[in-house]
Amino acid sequence: MSKLTLEALRKLREAKRNEMARRESDGTAGTILIGMGTCGIAAGARETFDAFVEALAAHPGLKHVAVRQTGCMGLCYAEPTVEIAMPGMPTVLYGRVKAEGVPQIVEEHLLKGRLVSERVLDKPAVDLMKPRKS
Amino acid sequence: MHATLCEHLLDLVQNAVEAGASFVQVEVVETEAGDVEVTVSDNGRGMTPEEARRALDPFASDGRKHPARRVGLGLPFFRQMVEQAGGEFDLRSELGVGTSVFGRYRGDHPDAPPMGEWSDFVVQALVLGEGLEMALIREWRGRRVVIRRSELAEALQGLGDAEALALARRYVGEQEREILGKG
Ligand SMILES: Nc1ncnc2c1ncn2[C@@H]1O[C@H](COP(=O)(O)OP(=O)(O)O)[C@@H](O)[C@H]1O
Ligand SMILES: [Mg+2]
Repeated sequence: MSKLTLEALRKLREAKRNEMARRESDGTAGTILIGMGTCGIAAGARETFDAFVEALAAHPGLKHVAVRQTGCMGLCYAEPTVEIAMPGMPTVLYGRVKAEGVPQIVEEHLLKGRLVSERVLDKPAVDLMKPRKS
Repeated sequence: MHATLCEHLLDLVQNAVEAGASFVQVEVVETEAGDVEVTVSDNGRGMTPEEARRALDPFASDGRKHPARRVGLGLPFFRQMVEQAGGEFDLRSELGVGTSVFGRYRGDHPDAPPMGEWSDFVVQALVLGEGLEMALIREWRGRRVVIRRSELAEALQGLGDAEALALARRYVGEQEREILGKG
């Protein structure tokens, strides 16, 4: 039985090294940031994280997208929360993204470049970013 | 609240990273005798005795991380889990030196949590602290596997992207199966 050693991992990645270094350093591949504070974890953020990793890794055009996690985003009521920054699109914060919801976001947002409106919590709109005068 | 040990572990690693640690070690030892011993230690900013006492109060958080929720949950949850499983909990922390969280319970206690997915935990911990070193150690009946963040990051040319993380997860899963005798 062939075992996956560190050496084998190195070989698997070597071929892609240059291409990757380029994409990662200029951030063109995009980033998925998952809120994994206590509340996020309790709401299933670990499964959400895993679902993104597997879905993206399996897709030739998306496997170099970065997947990261952060602590509590302060939106405990809407966990798991996921912030998506894809090149050429506004950075969007989605809420209540369970593992089951990941395929739709990958398909729509990452592949077709369309927002999944019903899950959007926040996106940077000019009128929302400015402090309101009242 | 947390269903598995791995969920607690991730919480504790996050605390360590948030405390500014440059080294975090997680060790889970399942002994021949059926005890589970968990230690999460870091060289982060540490706590004063008063802060350590408050940290165990579920209605206290330092008020910085999540201003909208002033209750901290990670440490009290872990302690509660350990004590419900009839075990012992210990928190040692020294300001400017670091923190060590310890729990020991019987793996066959009816209220002991299942392990959860170790490989998922490892991958999720690895992406937390970029640039910091982690040793994630799993021991089962004397057989031990140590995952070092720096080693994996070097072999995979970085741990940033989905492909690297999926490979890391497979690797950790295989290492785990081997010590559990399922390889
Ligand atoms: N490893 C650690 N090093 C230093 N301080 C810690 C550590 N773990 C916990 N603390 C302190 O204890 C508090 C409570 O932790 P926790 O129960 O996990 O809640 P939270 O992380 O949500 O604030 C933290 O806000 C922090 O001030
Ligand atoms: Mg915490």
